[in-house]
Amino acid sequence: MSTGPTIAHGGALAFRPGYADHAADALRDLRPATDAVDFELEHHHDAASTAQLGFWIYLMSDCLLFAGLFATYSVLHVRTAGGPTAPQLFHLPYVLAETVCLLVSSFTCGLATLAMGRRSRGATLGWLAVTFTLGLAFIGLEAHEFAHLIADHAGPDRSAFLSSFFTLVATHGLHVTCGLIWMAIMMVLVVKKGFTASVQSRLSCLSLFWHFLDIIWVGVFTLVYLFGALK
Amino acid sequence: MSVANEAMAGHGPHGAIHGVAPGRAHGGTHGSLKSYLVGFLLAIALTLVPFGLVMSHAPIGTPLIVAVFALAQISVHIVYFLHVNRSEEQRWNLTALVFTAIVVCIILGGSLWIMHNLYVNMMPGMMPGSVG
Repeated sequence: MSTGPTIAHGGALAFRPGYADHAADALRDLRPATDAVDFELEHHHDAASTAQLGFWIYLMSDCLLFAGLFATYSVLHVRTAGGPTAPQLFHLPYVLAETVCLLVSSFTCGLATLAMGRRSRGATLGWLAVTFTLGLAFIGLEAHEFAHLIADHAGPDRSAFLSSFFTLVATHGLHVTCGLIWMAIMMVLVVKKGFTASVQSRLSCLSLFWHFLDIIWVGVFTLVYLFGALK
Repeated sequence: MSVANEAMAGHGPHGAIHGVAPGRAHGGTHGSLKSYLVGFLLAIALTLVPFGLVMSHAPIGTPLIVAVFALAQISVHIVYFLHVNRSEEQRWNLTALVFTAIVVCIILGGSLWIMHNLYVNMMPGMMPGSVG
């Protein structure tokens, strides 16, 4: 980080030893005002990659939260208190539809990231809109399932099994809902500000978040729904 | 899929517009269309097969086989969607991921082990089967 930052001209590093330190200070001062101009420090240890690592560590801690919920469900899923059991409640074709929604949305989120990489605003917004729609479809399907269960007197208050089921699946659903809100905000930002360095950094984090939620869902459909049907 | 074809051609190493950061400044998390396509097709296959096994009540549709498919799919997601690899700039991401995986194994395995032990050591009748 000792050398002066330079404006990236196709990766060329313009380094002038004489006034590099002055230039570095001056450019750092300019930074907040010129968001669109990205500075690349040596080794690419810039703010964007630091933000990405920080966000990655948040995702890992979130993973531990889900591990706790998965462990709770694994322990409690046999405690049905005389109430309905997993095979009686869950319908695999319905869960498969939810799964496909989320998986395709993960793919289109990747395509949005690629479109951002080549600075195509229309394609980025288009793929984000597809991702958003599929995420919304997933949440809709899940909300419908929950409403159906609660109407059938199989709500979270029925048994330890259902308490842990609702906690685990709804926590995931809540994350997806937050992701949808974030995605809507990012679409507005892309329209209003374009691909500034901060917008790109945030979109990259959002993409990580969305893929991460799909990974958690793999655990949910395997442990809750597939294992449940195998009982 | 004209948009997809653009994606294949695009994403050069350097920002085309003057003064805009090249894509590699963001930790190399963008990947390529090919990696997303391969990952997507693998993930779809690794989803449909276990669902098919369980729904058709196939004799090999055991919890172990289904769990193996889930672990395989999670690996596919991590490699092809999250683009975690062993490169220099991803070292800390990988370190955090491996550490998390170990802690997750301890939480899951440990909880099941402890609770199973508690259950089998309980006197019959002290813990009616219907109470959680």
